[in-house]
Amino acid sequence: MSDTVIQNHEPNYLEYKGRYKGIFAWIFSTDHKRIGLLYLYSMLVLFSVAAILGLLMKIELIAPGKTIMDAQTYNSFFTLHGITMIFLIVVPGLPAVFGNFFLPLMIGAKDVAFPKLNLLSWWIYILGAAVALSSQFFGDGPPDTGWTFYAPYSFRTGTNMLPAVTGAFILGFSSIATGINFIVTIHRMRAPGMTWMKMPLFPWALYSTSWIQVLATPIVGVTLLMIVLERTMQIGFFDPALGGDPILYQHLFWIYSHPAVYIMILPAMGVISEIIPTFARKTIFGYKAIVVSTLAIAFVGYFVWGHHMFTSGMSGTALYTFSILTFLVAIPSAIKIFNWVATLHKASIDIQTPFLWALCFLFVFMIGGLSGMVLGALSANVHLHDTAFVVAHFHFIVFGGTGYAFFGALHYWYPKMFGRMYDKGWANIGLAVFFTGFNTLYLPMFYLGMIGMPRRYYDYVEEFHGPNIVSSFGAMLMISGLVIIITNLVRSARKGEIAEADPWKGKTLEWTTASPPTLENFDEIPIVTKLPYDYE
Amino acid sequence: MEKEQHTHIVKYKTYIFVLIALLFMTFASVAITSINLGPYTVSAALLLASIKSILVLLIFMHLKFDKKFYGIMAASVFLLLACVIFITFLDYLYR
Repeated sequence: MSDTVIQNHEPNYLEYKGRYKGIFAWIFSTDHKRIGLLYLYSMLVLFSVAAILGLLMKIELIAPGKTIMDAQTYNSFFTLHGITMIFLIVVPGLPAVFGNFFLPLMIGAKDVAFPKLNLLSWWIYILGAAVALSSQFFGDGPPDTGWTFYAPYSFRTGTNMLPAVTGAFILGFSSIATGINFIVTIHRMRAPGMTWMKMPLFPWALYSTSWIQVLATPIVGVTLLMIVLERTMQIGFFDPALGGDPILYQHLFWIYSHPAVYIMILPAMGVISEIIPTFARKTIFGYKAIVVSTLAIAFVGYFVWGHHMFTSGMSGTALYTFSILTFLVAIPSAIKIFNWVATLHKASIDIQTPFLWALCFLFVFMIGGLSGMVLGALSANVHLHDTAFVVAHFHFIVFGGTGYAFFGALHYWYPKMFGRMYDKGWANIGLAVFFTGFNTLYLPMFYLGMIGMPRRYYDYVEEFHGPNIVSSFGAMLMISGLVIIITNLVRSARKGEIAEADPWKGKTLEWTTASPPTLENFDEIPIVTKLPYDYE
Repeated sequence: MEKEQHTHIVKYKTYIFVLIALLFMTFASVAITSINLGPYTVSAALLLASIKSILVLLIFMHLKFDKKFYGIMAASVFLLLACVIFITFLDYLYR
């Protein structure tokens, strides 16, 4: 992408001695790379807790009736699992970790536009997480509404709702600050010669995502505040007894939370758009089509929130409109899939772990996307709404999309981040176990949903038993895969082989600097003369 | 990439005129509640609030003097919000 490979002479960012020492050198660092790793470590801890909660729920469902927990505990577990996974991991995940670390590197900048604001975003994230999780430990018991905080239950339940809602409200500020930072960084700090159409696709995805973060997050912030006011002052926004409208809450919540799905998935698509050309050793097929489809998803994604509310009692006109718009948003997603597959056509593929993650992403994301089409159809949705089918679809999209891309990104950029290479054999074994477990866990849930098993119940009738046993076994297998993957990565950060600057022969700017990069990334700001995936 | 900088100094007189206009419209939006406009009361208040926002954006936030590109981006945001409100009302008006 740049004409010359730049040699670095400064100490790398991990060894750099700044004003503070020890842990303070991390939690007060304004270096975008250290902040990216702060997010990574925070999220890995939170992810482990939320994944264990998920496993415990699946163990509860291994047999009908009470197995290891009662109904109220199950309700609080799926609420905490949802809040942690959505608000603390998948929404901020890829932008906060890999966006922070790689956006400046990929556009040839020394840092983000506002480094102090960037650090503040992490502190707000930690504060929001602490407030949200505090709901578990004091007050009138853990929240039991699910991560959606639906009215009127969210202001009528006796459980400890206020900290959970306030935590989610605080987390929104972190998201907005990160979004503003990235938009300004991309507008103002691209390297000389990097025109918009020479910018790599991951920064493009971050750009679209940041606009959604900035524009949609305030809506959920206000909505969550309205819940707090409704609960404390009985104003009557959503409570029918006070003249309010509970469906208004659903509108306001999903006006944010559906675009939030694109906050989760667009950076994931950006990661896949980086991995595929690198290992296909080929220019990505339809660069401009991918850029336009990224922007189109971000735009059309604002107008489809009503498909979460098909059974809520909305007007027929709204139902038809949302259904049509939902089908429309599938088009740009399909364009991307087509482009990725076309890139692989007649390519000299180097099969490495990140590439295998990208392939698995394509497989699971297509299942998630196509099952979304089933749910987007009004007639099918009435039958499947709030069943295990929705849970399966959602996990195929969010975990199968964002999760696979997250681990793909981690394996792709790991040598750049830590300067060491993980054990590829164990990485592939971990992926194989995880992928098998993932499909064994979620595929039976499509079937369970179709035969009528509702979501969010700790008990079920005997006819659902068989598929639930398979699904619970899948959960155990998937967690085993995760343990292998994470152990391998943690161990390799200290004991892995020293990695080269460009182990995958990538063409984007981050591969032109040392592994790990120096504090200011480049000795000299690179001058961009070529397209980002120039393998010809 | 975008390194060019330009500054535009707005006269104090302009700021004071805008301030007076904003104060006038604030009082007007309070006063308008005493007139029975029926279903248009909210529309009138929203109209005044929109004009105030546009004045702030154009003058205080310098959108009028900046590159047209930024104006288009700000306008797109309002268009997006208008679309979201319109779609929401497809439910409320036809329920």
